[in-house]
Amino acid sequence: MNKQFEPVIVGFLCNWCSYRAADLAGTARIHYAPNMRPIRVMCSGRVDPQFVLKALREGADGVMIAGCHPGECHYVEGNIKTLRRFILLKKMLAQLGIEDERVQLIWASASEGIILAEAVNRMTEQIRALGPLNWQEKVLGGGNGHGHPAVIEPAQEAEEVLYD
Amino acid sequence: MSEKVGVYICHCGTNIAKTVDVEEVALWAGEQDHVDVAREYKFMCSSLGQELIEEDIKEKGLTKIVVASCSPHMHEKTFRTACVRGGLNPFMFEMANIREHDSWTTDDREAATLKAKALTKAAIERVIHNQPLEPLPVEINPNTLVVGGGIAGISAALELAEAGNHVYLVEREPSIGGHMAQLDKTFPTLDCSACILTPKMVDVGQHPNITLLTYSEVEAVGGYLGNFDVTVRKKARYVDEEHCTGCGICIEKCPYKVVDNVFEAGLGARKVIYRPFPQAVPKYPVIDTENCVYFQRGKCKACQIFCPTDPNSIDFEQQDEILQIVVGNIILATGFDLFDVSQIPQYGYGRLANVFTSLEFERMVNASGPTDGKIVLRDLETPPESVVIIHCVGSRDENYHKYCSKVCCMYSLKFAHLIHERLPEAEVYNCYIDMRTPGKGYEEFYNRLLEEGTHFIRGKVAEVSDVARIEEEEGKLIVQVADTLISKQRRIPVDMVILSPAMEARNDSQEVSQLFRMGCDFDGFFVERHPKLDPVATMTEGIYIAGACQGPKDVPDTVSQGAAAAARVASFISRGTVMMEPIRASINQELCSGCRICNTMCPYNAIVFHEDSNVSEVITALCQGCGTCVAACPSGIITGAHFTNDQLLAQIEGILWDVRSNLDLVPVE
Ligand SMILES: Cc1cc2nc3c(=O)[nH]c(=O)nc-3n(C[C@H](O)[C@H](O)[C@H](O)COP(=O)(O)OP(=O)(O)OC[C@H]3O[C@@H](n4cnc5c(N)ncnc54)[C@H](O)[C@@H]3O)c2cc1C
Repeated sequence: MNKQFEPVIVGFLCNWCSYRAADLAGTARIHYAPNMRPIRVMCSGRVDPQFVLKALREGADGVMIAGCHPGECHYVEGNIKTLRRFILLKKMLAQLGIEDERVQLIWASASEGIILAEAVNRMTEQIRALGPLNWQEKVLGGGNGHGHPAVIEPAQEAEEVLYD
Repeated sequence: MSEKVGVYICHCGTNIAKTVDVEEVALWAGEQDHVDVAREYKFMCSSLGQELIEEDIKEKGLTKIVVASCSPHMHEKTFRTACVRGGLNPFMFEMANIREHDSWTTDDREAATLKAKALTKAAIERVIHNQPLEPLPVEINPNTLVVGGGIAGISAALELAEAGNHVYLVEREPSIGGHMAQLDKTFPTLDCSACILTPKMVDVGQHPNITLLTYSEVEAVGGYLGNFDVTVRKKARYVDEEHCTGCGICIEKCPYKVVDNVFEAGLGARKVIYRPFPQAVPKYPVIDTENCVYFQRGKCKACQIFCPTDPNSIDFEQQDEILQIVVGNIILATGFDLFDVSQIPQYGYGRLANVFTSLEFERMVNASGPTDGKIVLRDLETPPESVVIIHCVGSRDENYHKYCSKVCCMYSLKFAHLIHERLPEAEVYNCYIDMRTPGKGYEEFYNRLLEEGTHFIRGKVAEVSDVARIEEEEGKLIVQVADTLISKQRRIPVDMVILSPAMEARNDSQEVSQLFRMGCDFDGFFVERHPKLDPVATMTEGIYIAGACQGPKDVPDTVSQGAAAAARVASFISRGTVMMEPIRASINQELCSGCRICNTMCPYNAIVFHEDSNVSEVITALCQGCGTCVAACPSGIITGAHFTNDQLLAQIEGILWDVRSNLDLVPVE
């Protein structure tokens, strides 16, 4: 019997909005995919890109960063800084060949348990469809783990530019 | 590292144990590195559960504690205190949330148990890196800002002022009073609203401990609990408050009238220089410059000409004033708006003259209102022979607001009573979905109305129209309603229809919540810290909410919240100093390269740059601990206490314990 692939997602939830959204989802007994494992940070702005890379390298198939809605940040605009950082991070992840769906930034206020739960469900399904991340092969370029980190398949467009 | 960790897995009755195999998690936890003891227990938060921790610390010499149970927002404090009793620093503790984030979100026992292990392992790995921290003392400025002068704000301000504390009460309109000042009688006792409200308004106006700032708004808020810097704009009234005696001659002599859409809900008129109502506090009038002929065309000045004071109190040159105040705490009491009934066109408001809103009716029945308390049709003469009152207009309606507005059933009953009282011959129909009268004396009031002969029709009104089908309907408003008690469509021809609209969040509640850095919910109402246990605090320390800004409620509930918020603030003031979580950032001065990237990251301007030594420094008192600078520092030399890189990286490793790839293969850093 084939067991369905269960992705592991690390969630970085901000203390004020999204962690409480997850609390509320539980309190309201909203059932959702058990695949997201939350880590509390005071603000999504605390999420250092190296945390995301660390999680992916350590075996996570995806990372969710969740913060307060723009304009509702407990720390005025920490989430805006997260957003800026996130865009840069995504550029880098794309170069490593990591699919867009694997690292997501969502907004959920403390009263939006349902939004958080739906986001977890959606992301779980998307990553399930993609399959495991396999950092070793995908990023380090080789199953033996001794591959050189610099050996990365250039993206199609990049190739075209190169040979233009 | 010779850490000795104690791990405690809570059953929470069956809340956790039903879905998570707690015995299995405890057994497994006992085998993890550094774990000295692992137990499971029915209720860790019980005094017996807490004693388990205390005794283990003392007997086994534990250095770190992990409790896997509910959300830290629930019991982190409880367990930290238990650690302190056992002799540990409170920060040597870590909590794994296996209830809200796990057992309550799935029925899959296997998955829930795996997730519980991951969360517990994350906490174990993290706690090993926890450092002892000491709470930070913060001094509380004894002054308080109350925003909104409805009955919520009035109650809060008076409670605090009576206890000897200074209060700044900021109200946007020219007078305090809020919606309650517009009401005639108040359910269920039917005491006259003005009679119970006016004395309180006067107390506010005269209280030596209250600085009343009406016709004013908060423009900016800085700082934090204990020390908020608030900027208030006091709009120009064009009346000199120092010399005006409030005699009202200017109002009398002003030759121009406009429709009063605020206080009289559009049903009456007011002068261009005006006081919203005779009992207004403060008594000074305001010039409505948009409609004032002098301001628009440079001619008139009747108010100034007739002003009897010396020096003259009318000051056309007056400017807005910007005031800076410092307060320790803030209470928001900005109240509610009414749903715009014209959004439901089939009810005919604005198109059919004799469809009224509840607020218009309140003004109409009010003895000092535009009709001197006479219940009449839009021609302001004819009394209606029959009236339909429609409940739940925009409430309990998928298309508008799903929630129940809580007070409309009761005031709709009150309206029926007032109509019976003043027009004994009139037929009164209440069309309701469900009759909601929970509250002291409320059900009794409903029974009284049943006896008074009100017709109660259970059903949602489909339409109000003026298209007659039979002779009796000619010249009438026809209310089409499905009477669900007799399973029949009914057409009720009446003279007057009153709509009871939903109570909504203020249309600017989003901006206000941003200004004060706290949250509002989907419907725009301000969010309390905990829906049951902390109903007047917000997620932001030092900011409280009271009254209808938090959700629809009647006067008794509003007053209770006002007093509750005041009590919370008073307890801070009387303590003088509070201990805050020491979750703050600090910069290693030795290693700082002076790049200044962190300087612009800080939303509180808590990071200063020392030109002389070329390094940045965090001012601890200003830092709120978000950690944005920590993540941004390119040298990685800013430490976010209790959320250090070491702690978080270890937590990531722990949470992925079951899927971690073989690290030996990867050349790390
Ligand atoms: C038609 C009707 C009939 C009712 N009848 C009854 C009754 O019989 N009995 C009963 O118990 N309840 C009744 N209620 C409910 C009652 O009106 C409310 O419970 C009460 O008014 C809530 O008080 P509040 O102070 O929270 O809000 P509000 O009365 O709305 O007061 C809020 C105040 O804050 C001010 N404000 C708003 N925003 C700002 C800002 N940004 N800056 C400064 N100031 C601001 C407003 O100008 C206002 O003065 C009735 C309500 C309606 C609509």
